[in-house]
Amino acid sequence: MSDQNRLGVFKTYKLYVGGKFPRSESGRVYEVTDSKGQWLANAPQSSRKDARDAVVAARKAFGGWSGATAYNRGQVLYRVAEMLEGRKEQFVREVAASEGLSKSKAAAAVDAAIDRWVWYAGWTDKIGQIAGGANPVAGPYLNLSTPEPTGVVAVLAPQKSSFLGLVSVIAPVIATGNTAVVVASADAPLPALSLGEVLATSDVPGGVVNILSGATAEIAAPLAAHQDVNAIDLTGADAALAKELEIAAADNLKRVLRPPVTRRRPSNEAQSATASSPVDADGASDSEDWSASPGTHRLTAFLETKTVWHPTGALGAAGSSY
Amino acid sequence: MPTTAPAFADATASDSALRRFLFGLPGVDAVGLEARAASLGTRSIKTTAKAYAIDLAISMIDLTTLEGADTPGKVRALAAKAVNPDPTDRTTPRTAAVCVYPDMASTAAAALAGSGVKVASVATAFPAGRAALDVKLADVRDAVAAGADEIDMVIDRGAFLSGRFLKVYEEILAVKAECGPARLKVIFETGELSTYDNIRRASWIGMLAGADFIKTSTGKVATNATPANTLLMLEAVRDFRAATGVQIGVKPAGGIRTTKDAVKFLVLVNETAGEDWLDPHWFRFGASSLLNDLLMQRQKLSTGRYSGPDYVTVD
Repeated sequence: MSDQNRLGVFKTYKLYVGGKFPRSESGRVYEVTDSKGQWLANAPQSSRKDARDAVVAARKAFGGWSGATAYNRGQVLYRVAEMLEGRKEQFVREVAASEGLSKSKAAAAVDAAIDRWVWYAGWTDKIGQIAGGANPVAGPYLNLSTPEPTGVVAVLAPQKSSFLGLVSVIAPVIATGNTAVVVASADAPLPALSLGEVLATSDVPGGVVNILSGATAEIAAPLAAHQDVNAIDLTGADAALAKELEIAAADNLKRVLRPPVTRRRPSNEAQSATASSPVDADGASDSEDWSASPGTHRLTAFLETKTVWHPTGALGAAGSSY
Repeated sequence: MPTTAPAFADATASDSALRRFLFGLPGVDAVGLEARAASLGTRSIKTTAKAYAIDLAISMIDLTTLEGADTPGKVRALAAKAVNPDPTDRTTPRTAAVCVYPDMASTAAAALAGSGVKVASVATAFPAGRAALDVKLADVRDAVAAGADEIDMVIDRGAFLSGRFLKVYEEILAVKAECGPARLKVIFETGELSTYDNIRRASWIGMLAGADFIKTSTGKVATNATPANTLLMLEAVRDFRAATGVQIGVKPAGGIRTTKDAVKFLVLVNETAGEDWLDPHWFRFGASSLLNDLLMQRQKLSTGRYSGPDYVTVD
């Protein structure tokens, strides 16, 4: 009854850049529809200048976030999961509408996404032991390798899996201390834009995650060519776009994480496949099963290994004390 | 008083005459001034016009280091940057000047000899200006002897705010006499003058006393150059030239850090004072980090790719 008398309160979805919620610099928006073509909301259509601003914000945040202790980062990420839990209903609604899932399937996807976030939160202070350690060397040295974050990472979120896939690509990037510029799924950006609101209220410093919506190719091109972006995750790009972006990314030797190849190929070739290898033509991201156990490859993709050689002094007759 | 324009000789005859003149200046419409500065800041400057603006802005920079921690090595590094801002692109223009404290002026002069980049030195007990006139003049003498081509002085804000305008005026006159061939920039520290009317009055005192440049601020207080106070000073130099035929330069300083900001100021110059001021001889930016942003934007225009702080020097 009262529903009929109430005016609808439409939400203005906005970008999330530098801890703030700006509209696109270009002033443009585009219509976001559900899986059946029904209008859901208008989302900002980002321009290359929004991408540039996001990179500046991500660079600014990098020092603080990469310098925070791994333990602290883990706590902050766990806090994000707590906040997601509290807004589960909203995400279920948005995921159900944009992916055309039943309510129960959408709820399962959101639960999985929250669990995924917690899983990555736990990795922050453990990845150092997995990806680094003391190396046995043939000489009087204590030789240590430690992983360090790569820097500013541009992330093209999966096109179809609007929330579970999104979380699966963002969380590993920031868990290891990188900062991210995320290009949300072009057709289903609403869960990503809502995630920005969660991040803003959960102790994640502004600029650590920046979320842009719009045409993937338009935003990704300047990010791939940007000299101040250190790595790019091409998950959300189709084969042709991924190739183009990888060429642009080569200019300043960005680390590139290629989109997953189709499941017909053995998975151990995923890393060595060339950009022109056959990938699912209808959005490469869908060949990845986001509900599967993610492993650590997304955590290690954006790490640099620093190795320290520390002299132990001459080895006496009794050998090194190390 | 040979430096005072004849049209205004009466104005500076006595303290009361100067006060009458300054208070006779039209009051500033603060709301209108800020609205006009804001509306001029919305102009969209793109492609070839942007390239022109970036190069012009680089050539207008007084590359500044005014820290207690300045060393001769830092000044030499800054001088090298002023001469050759972007080593990867030799078409990049040089900056206008390097601005240092007086004790670093000789180091800067040696490093810049023959380059065409000027040496600017702050003086007169910068930034507070709280010293006896003799000390201030000695400071100026020292800087000029060390090879400064330009002197940036600060006015006595204490005297100005307590209404002793003639004292401010005479101090500028004395410093101007001490400068010899060096061009004199008069800093008002607009952030300490409270009102736009005061900024207009200070501008006129400076211009009447023979300043070659009027400059907004030292960069050492909370409020530095803003579009509105720079617009006001540009109006003052425009009106002064219309009345006397004498052209005076303007230098906003402090807080201008991005290309976008710099271009906004250039629009203000063009729309207020006119094209005659779009020249490093008549308009300067007092800045340090601005240069890096201009260089990054310049690289973006020439390569099509956004550049980053890894590709410019760390100051």
